[in-house]
Amino acid sequence: MTHRSYPPKPSRVYFYGTCLVDVLFPEAGLHGIQLLEREGIEVVFPSAQSCCAQPAFNAGYDQEAREVALAQLACMPENIPVVVPSASCAAMFIDAYPKLFANSPHASAAQHLADRTFELLEFLAEVCRIQLQDKGEPIAVVAHHSCSALRHLKVVQPAEQLLKQLANVALLQQQRPDECCGFGGTFAVKEPEISGAMVEDKCNNLVATGANRLVSGDCSCMMNIVGALEKRGDNLPGQHIATFLWERTQ
Amino acid sequence: MSHTDPGDINRKFRLRVVDALGDEELRDNFRGAMDFLVRKRATMFPDPKELESLSQLGEAIRQQALQQLPELLEQLEASCTRNGIQVHWAENAEQANSIVLELMHKHDASRMIKGKSMASEEIGLNAFLEHHGIEALESDMGEYIVQLDQTAPSHIIMPAIHKNKQQIAQLFHEKIPVDYTEDVDQLIGIGRDVLRQKFHAADVGLSGVNFALADSGTLCLVENEGNGRMSTTIPKVHIALCGIEKVLRTLSDVPPLYRLLTRSATGQAITTYFNMISGPRGSDELDGPQEVHLILLDNGRSRMYGDPELQATLRCIRCGSCMNHCPVYTKIGGHAYGSTYPGPIGQVVSPQIWGLDQAGSITQACSLNGACKDACPVNIPLPDLIRRLRHDASQPAGSAIPQSAVTLGRGSLRKPLEALTWRVWSQLNRSPRLYRVLLWLVARLRFLAPAKLGPWTHYRTPPRPAQRSLHELVAKRSATSPTKTSLDHA
Repeated sequence: MTHRSYPPKPSRVYFYGTCLVDVLFPEAGLHGIQLLEREGIEVVFPSAQSCCAQPAFNAGYDQEAREVALAQLACMPENIPVVVPSASCAAMFIDAYPKLFANSPHASAAQHLADRTFELLEFLAEVCRIQLQDKGEPIAVVAHHSCSALRHLKVVQPAEQLLKQLANVALLQQQRPDECCGFGGTFAVKEPEISGAMVEDKCNNLVATGANRLVSGDCSCMMNIVGALEKRGDNLPGQHIATFLWERTQ
Repeated sequence: MSHTDPGDINRKFRLRVVDALGDEELRDNFRGAMDFLVRKRATMFPDPKELESLSQLGEAIRQQALQQLPELLEQLEASCTRNGIQVHWAENAEQANSIVLELMHKHDASRMIKGKSMASEEIGLNAFLEHHGIEALESDMGEYIVQLDQTAPSHIIMPAIHKNKQQIAQLFHEKIPVDYTEDVDQLIGIGRDVLRQKFHAADVGLSGVNFALADSGTLCLVENEGNGRMSTTIPKVHIALCGIEKVLRTLSDVPPLYRLLTRSATGQAITTYFNMISGPRGSDELDGPQEVHLILLDNGRSRMYGDPELQATLRCIRCGSCMNHCPVYTKIGGHAYGSTYPGPIGQVVSPQIWGLDQAGSITQACSLNGACKDACPVNIPLPDLIRRLRHDASQPAGSAIPQSAVTLGRGSLRKPLEALTWRVWSQLNRSPRLYRVLLWLVARLRFLAPAKLGPWTHYRTPPRPAQRSLHELVAKRSATSPTKTSLDHA
């Protein structure tokens, strides 16, 4: 359960797409924007946004991470919420930026960004208090929640609450739901064998549910898991939860 | 591998990982054992709020002790001396080993019986003594098994957890030797029979220390099998080997930490034995050792103490919960790390003891998933510390954080090509125009995306760039219908 207090629904928000969504899953970003707009919120997409700097930060390249983080800070100056369709990148703003800029001239700007950043699904559930009308066919889905959603931001409950609003969706539970899928950014590249063993276990647990679709709030896990499922020849397509929600409620 | 060979940690890590992942039996043993331990711990902490407040208390007690570490150590030395415990200081493994050897020689001793001590594993004591013609026999059942098998512990609490009962049965059958039996009670009985004789024959007993109390000079030892009590009472000399971070102010600091330790480690409310050693046999007493020696071991701990962030490493109470909950440890097991201390805490401790140049590579074996941080009973921010050590390993040696002790082997794993890659990455991601040009190109040239991406595609299909990036989709949308998403060119 999340511990933060939520503001009333704002009239404007920034949408921070994340680099992975930008390149690989742009529809997830677009559907996130459309869900927000349907709630009557004006969405501002800063065109200068790129990457939250997490890859360099996690690899220990703090200076490079700081340089890129500074560019993100600069493109979202207005005092409105920042909505991110990824718990992992949102956690970067919320947890890591204040650390990266501690004792620097940018400390207060970093803290200000951290304070107004929200993961998309949490924002839809807790700030917008979105009401969803399921118009889709019956389907069984399994949700994979990222480690950031589970442990950093603790925003699994709002995501599941959104899925549970959909009358025709059966939400199945996997074994070891809180075990990491093995992505971990550069970890998957630096320790490919371990990462491969981890995603193998994750795939086994997901497939064993018998679900027809995998949904997740984080495209990084999805890229990893869906890539492995495809390689194995398992028929379990994946979707960002924003896309899944949008398609079923249109 | 019978003890940590620091030179091997980095060099053989990849090989060990691949070997471990290919060993189905090993993986089954770890998965089964770790699932069991995780479940047992969970039943011991049914109320998350209670766990949180107990952990905060545990953290505060450890933190407070660390804040006054130099003073408490001086006080401990004075209190122990007053109690008749002889105190020795060892700056590193060599000194600690030499002190033990001198004590053995002084007592003309050739046989040592050992209670469980990870610090003794850390300094490679068994191999050192063996080299000097001294038998050092492990009396903890798990330690006894790994010693018989001529390997090292694969877990800091359960040294032989990598073996199933069939493998132990086979080992006993071959090495003791005894008739083959898979009956666990019989196997334990066999081990006990061997050890019982050794306790009486040993000249010196060596143990670790869980908590050393500064005000009273009491050494606390937590155990289940009774071997700790036997090792510290039957032989005429008892040597306690204790990392300097184990000191606490006073007895009332112990209960919260003890509760956290046993529940986190083995899912027990309390252990079978809790030993409090406060000195040698008194003149009016009939049993107990005639001499008690306390060796206070630094071996890199002062360096950890000198860095405000890395100091949290010393908060550890060695419960092993972080490894039980680690998805990497669960897959590769303890031996793959090549260090006395495996798993998340091992990834933090080992490079700080033996240097990043020797043991820094194991910090890469972490997806930063945070399961260890959640499982740590004293809230050590393990992922943050692992990330910090990655930073120290990859940065130029001269760029240390002011006011910090320089991590041993800083900059030693810096790779010029990797550093250059991150420079280029930074340039691309902080120049919006360059980033958008690259996005545009990736979308247009997606048909050129390689079908093979090194090891990534051993396990997965390659990622496929979309036809148009989100940047482009949003730009198009706001151009065609201005009421939609505004594109902010700030």
